[in-house]
Amino acid sequence: MSEDNNSGYLDMDLLRFTTAGSVDDGKSTLIGRLLYDSKAIFEDQMEAMELSSKARGDEHVNLALLTDGLRAEREQGITIDVAYRYFATPKRKFIIADTPGHIQYTRNMVTGASTANLAIVLIDARKGVIEQTCRHSFIANLLRIQHVVVCVNKMDLVDWDEGVFNKIVADFKSFASRLDNIVDVTFIPASALIGDNIVDKSENMPWYQGPTLLYHLETVYIGADENHVEARFPVQWVIRPHSDQYHDFRGFAGRVAGGVFKPGDEVTVLPSGFTSKIKAIESMDGPQQEVFAPMSATITLEDEIDMSRGDMLVKANNRPEPTQDIDAMICWFSSDKKLAGSGKYILRHTTKEVKAIVTEVRYKMNINTLHKVEDDLIFNLNDIGRIKIRTSAPLIADSYKSNRITGSFVLIDELTNATVAAGMII
Amino acid sequence: MYQDYTITHLKQLESEAIYILRETAAQFEKPVLLFSGGKDSIVMAHLAKKAFWPAKLPFQLLHVDTGHNFPETMEFRDKYVAELGAELIVGSVQKSIDEGKVVEEKGARASRNGLQTVALLEALEVGQYDAALGGGRRDEEKARAKERFFSHRDAFGQWDPKNQRPELWNIFNGRKQHGEHFRVFPLSNWTEMDIWQYIKAEEIELPHLYFSHERDCFVRDGVIMGVCDFIELLPGEKVEKMIVRFRTIGDATCTGACLSTADNLDDIIDEVAAARQTERGTRADDKRSETAMEDRKKQGYF
Repeated sequence: MSEDNNSGYLDMDLLRFTTAGSVDDGKSTLIGRLLYDSKAIFEDQMEAMELSSKARGDEHVNLALLTDGLRAEREQGITIDVAYRYFATPKRKFIIADTPGHIQYTRNMVTGASTANLAIVLIDARKGVIEQTCRHSFIANLLRIQHVVVCVNKMDLVDWDEGVFNKIVADFKSFASRLDNIVDVTFIPASALIGDNIVDKSENMPWYQGPTLLYHLETVYIGADENHVEARFPVQWVIRPHSDQYHDFRGFAGRVAGGVFKPGDEVTVLPSGFTSKIKAIESMDGPQQEVFAPMSATITLEDEIDMSRGDMLVKANNRPEPTQDIDAMICWFSSDKKLAGSGKYILRHTTKEVKAIVTEVRYKMNINTLHKVEDDLIFNLNDIGRIKIRTSAPLIADSYKSNRITGSFVLIDELTNATVAAGMII
Repeated sequence: MYQDYTITHLKQLESEAIYILRETAAQFEKPVLLFSGGKDSIVMAHLAKKAFWPAKLPFQLLHVDTGHNFPETMEFRDKYVAELGAELIVGSVQKSIDEGKVVEEKGARASRNGLQTVALLEALEVGQYDAALGGGRRDEEKARAKERFFSHRDAFGQWDPKNQRPELWNIFNGRKQHGEHFRVFPLSNWTEMDIWQYIKAEEIELPHLYFSHERDCFVRDGVIMGVCDFIELLPGEKVEKMIVRFRTIGDATCTGACLSTADNLDDIIDEVAAARQTERGTRADDKRSETAMEDRKKQGYF
């Protein structure tokens, strides 16, 4: 690789994080500051936003106009969908899944959280831990986001008071003790409007010794988030060149969902149970010594065995048990159809598609109070709860707790082909 | 022994795009890769080569040709496709005009950009393609920011932004009714900077237009345009020699150049890092109204 000044990006990694909140929380101001200070907002975009904001009579530049580009969104001043925003520092590239925080957008929050490594939970210092805090944290935990930043914003409005901050920290900890997927919580007192502790350290809060938000985002270690123990390789596609040079080549193409694969490893194909050894991990740039999640790879085997899309390659000494009965938490996505017992759907899990029937609806969650609801079992848009499913063919699944890829699925309506639910296997 | 399982942002983006390309090949009957000879489609073709190596691409390439091209782009396109060993189909806007299916805009500011939609939809129908891979990125334009990786189109090729399928984890739902199709965007999460860094890291060859060169230009509405046979000069516009390069390459009538001495990838990366204007800031087609892109996309544009 070259040694030029601008080759620093060859060491950059990627952090995906999610934010949830409404305009009142100062979320736009916070993201705006991150984007603007990292030069991810351009002059022509800024000018266009200033013009539109002025035309709409907004007092400040409305950052939502940057990605709320749809006509309906601009007309109604609402965010319809998850907005993905991008910025980079010399250390990391960041993908923000920015979601509206109101309960009617639970579907969007769940979608944004599904690929995130980290969640920013915004708390207004004047309001403390409220229902919305609870909801956002619950969703982060449900989707197994392991890193949470509790950003206590608007500290300028409580006179930078350490006592206010400490009380919020204590309140959050006492309720979050039930959220066991969150392994790392960082509390940051901040003022997005003035800029304290977002990019630059606050001079108004000398009592705070911790990192600024950006420093934390740049340095939080996420390398241990993926499951690097249980090897899982769902087969997407079989590569057969039919050329003279690669006459007998049969490469199994897919993206590693867990663990590490190396040439020589003893592997088993599921559900058939055939075993073989990895001959090579091939690529256009030459053979690779190992692959791990989330790398895409092409694997060849020593023996000619039957394997195709929907099958999974695992290590011979660590096999998940194929199953047709699934116990799962789901979030319901459809506004015009409801879920009820004995509904039939198409279930898509990794690269496999099967038919599925709902055999039991166990409970729904009130995600503001974390209480179970057992007297109303009809799922409407945005409802979260626990169900049981029977599938037409065995799934090679893990619990969502141990693997986000092999532990997740979606339900698809057979008639409309719409994705109507997201599921996390228990 | 402690081992760090971290991969760089470029490797992550590459891995994601390859996954999407393979899902597209697996989920659809007859996908096609939209190839214009611009940098994004070149990167996408490069990723496709990696995704299916050592086999050839399991799909054809499709260029929707406005007929208003920079000659350099066409030369490059034909050479690249030949090396790839792929089959290129050309959908022609000129043909749509000749057949009376669309009416060409009149006047000095006429552009064929919008007419591409008709030629594209026709080419998809004639070729019976059920998925079209495009190089669109979410950072490019605000209407693209809400675009899915797998973006559903109804039987009329239209996009319904309010009724998109949620995409979670690695799971992409490409199921459709007969006559409907999908647009697939493997580069959704890439930024302009990622594209350039990847081109450098992978040593991908590009058309010379992207690098600094001397060209006969004129200025219109604050945008530097290259002189070509398809643009009439307005009174008062005067042709000058300028040192320019192009940040995007589209139809020659609506793609502006920028003054630049960047003649190699390192200089371009520095220039992109310092740029205070988005790359589509030089695209006249986006400047027609606040939601120009969304309006075109709803009709079936890329």
